[in-house]
Amino acid sequence: MLEHYLSLLVKAIFVENMALAFFLGMCTFIAVSKKVQTALGLGIAVIVVQTITVPVNNLILTGLLKEDALAWAGLEGVDLSFLSLLSFIGVIAALVQILEMFLDKYVPALYNALGVFLPLITVNCAILGGSLFMAERDYTFGESVVYGVGSGAGWALAIVVLAGIREKMKYSDVPSGLRGLGITFITVGLMSLGFMSFSGIQL
Amino acid sequence: MLRDFFDKLEPHFEKGGKYEKYYALYEMVDTFFYSPPSVTHAASHVRDGIDLKRIMITVWLCTFPAMFFGMYNVGAQALGYMAENGITATGDWRFFFTDLLIAYNPDSIWDCFIYGAAYFIPIYAVTMIAGGLWEVLFAVKRGHEVNEGFFVTSVLFALTCPPSIPLWQVALGISFGVVLGKEVFGGTGKNFLNPALTGRAFLFFAYPASMSGDSVWTAVDGFSGATALSVAANGGMEALQGSLTWFDAFFGNMQGSVGETSSLALLIGGGFLLITGIASWRIVLGVFLGTAVMGLVFNAAGSDTNPMFEIPFYWHYVLGGWALGTFFMATDPVSASMTNKGKVVFGILIGVMVMLIRVVNPAFPEGMMLAILFGNLFAPTIDHFVIQANIKRRLARNVQ
Repeated sequence: MLEHYLSLLVKAIFVENMALAFFLGMCTFIAVSKKVQTALGLGIAVIVVQTITVPVNNLILTGLLKEDALAWAGLEGVDLSFLSLLSFIGVIAALVQILEMFLDKYVPALYNALGVFLPLITVNCAILGGSLFMAERDYTFGESVVYGVGSGAGWALAIVVLAGIREKMKYSDVPSGLRGLGITFITVGLMSLGFMSFSGIQL
Repeated sequence: MLRDFFDKLEPHFEKGGKYEKYYALYEMVDTFFYSPPSVTHAASHVRDGIDLKRIMITVWLCTFPAMFFGMYNVGAQALGYMAENGITATGDWRFFFTDLLIAYNPDSIWDCFIYGAAYFIPIYAVTMIAGGLWEVLFAVKRGHEVNEGFFVTSVLFALTCPPSIPLWQVALGISFGVVLGKEVFGGTGKNFLNPALTGRAFLFFAYPASMSGDSVWTAVDGFSGATALSVAANGGMEALQGSLTWFDAFFGNMQGSVGETSSLALLIGGGFLLITGIASWRIVLGVFLGTAVMGLVFNAAGSDTNPMFEIPFYWHYVLGGWALGTFFMATDPVSASMTNKGKVVFGILIGVMVMLIRVVNPAFPEGMMLAILFGNLFAPTIDHFVIQANIKRRLARNVQ
C-alpha cells in the first residue's frame, strides 16, 4: 500500500510533471520565474493550494456529484457530474482567497512579491488540471491527497529550476527578437527535454 | 611569415575596412595560430597563462585517445563480424576508399583502424561543417568571436554518435545543438545545457531508430549487436558476464557509440584534464559517489522482474557512455555548477540519475546523456542555494 502511494508521488512529481510534461499553468510559470525566491514562494503556494483542493474536490465528487452519489439522501439515479467543473473552480477560488488573506496578514513580503499572480492561481490550469486528472483517473481519497502533494511539488520544482536558469541567463546575450518570452519558451522546451529522462518509467 | 600575412590582412577586416563584416572569420583564423593580441598591460590579476582558447584546445586534444581507439574499435567489431559470417564489402560509397587501402583482415590493426575511420571521419567532417557554418553565421551576424568551444562540442557530439548513423541526421543534430543549445543564448559561456548533448538528445527522441536499439552499433548493414547495457537489461549479470569480461569493457572491446567504449582511453584523456585542473575533480568524484551509492542501494533492494538491479556499480562505470559523460561532459564548466560545494552535489545528482534511468526506466537502457542534461537543469538552482547558505552562514558569524 505504502509502495503504491510512493510510486504515485514519484509519478506525479517527475514522470507526469504538470509544467514540463503537460505544459499546464504556463502563464504563471513563465511570468513569475524571474527570481528564485519569488518562484519558491509561488511554488509553495501552489503546493498548499493543490494539496487542499484536490482532496476536497475528491470528497465533493464522490459524496455529491457522481452518479448515485446522493443515494445517502434518498436520491437514487441522480448524476450531477456535469457540475464538477463548476464546483472544482468554486472550491479553488475560495481556497485561494483564504490563502491570500492569510499571506497578507502573516507573510506580507511574499504577498507583495506574488502580487497579482496569487489571485491568478485561481485560474492556473495546473490547479484545475490536478482536480480534473483526479476525477478522470478515479483516485480514492488517499490517492488524491498524495496526487495533490505530488503534482503541486512537481510544478513547484519546475518553476524553481526555471527561475534558477533564468537568473543565470541574465548574463546571456540573446538576439533581440528572442528576448523575454521567446527565449523563456525555448528554455522551457529544453528543460522538458531534460525531464524526458523519466518518460517511460512504469511504476 | 604567417604573422606578417595576418598583419597585412588585418586592416581589411578592421572597422571601416572592406571586409568589416567578416572580422569574426579573420579573428578565428588568426587566434587559432596566435594568442589574442588583447593582453593586460597594467598590473595583472591573471594568475595563470591559461585562457578559454587553451582550455578548449586541451579538452579537444584529450579526446584523441578515445577517438583513435573508437575508430579502431568500430573497425574491429565490424570486420570481426564480417570475417565470422563470410560477408565481403557491401555497396556503400565508403568502400570505394576502403577497397583501395585495406584487405578487411580483422586481425590487422591498420585494417580495423581505416575501416573505422571510414565511418567516423565522415561523421566528424559533417559535424564540423554543419556546426561550424552555424557558428560562423551567428558570429558574423551578431559580432561575437568564433569560439574554440565549438571544437569541443563538435568532437564530443561526433564521439557520441553510433557509427552507422545517417549523415544528414548528424548535420541536423549538431545544428539543433549549436543553434538552440548555445547560439540563441549568445554563444559559448552563456548557455545552460551542454550543446553536444542537446543535439544528441534531440536526435535520440526524433529518430530513435537510428540512435538506439541493437542494430545501429556495428558498421555493417543489417547486423544487430546489442550494447552491453541492453544485454544486461535483458539478461542481468549472467548474460552480461557471458558476453564480455570487466576488462573487455574497461579496454573497450564491445559495441557502442564511437567514442564511449574504451574506459581506459577516456581515463587517459580525462585523467589529464583532472591533473591540469580543467575538469573539476569535485564533479567527477560526485558522479563516482552517486553511482556507487545508488548501485549499492539497488543491489541491496533486489528485484525479481528487473535484472538490472543486480549489476554492481563497478560494472556501470565501464559500460555505455558513463566514462565519456563523466570526464568530458559533466565537467563542462559552462553548464555545470560553479560553486565548489555545488559541484559535488551536481556530480552526485548526475550519478544518482544515471543509475535511476539505467535501472528503473525500461525505455532507455543508457542514461548518461539524459542524466547530464537533467543535472545541467539543476546546476543554477544548486548554485543559488549554496550561495544563499554561504550568505546566511557569514551573516550569522558577523552578528555576534
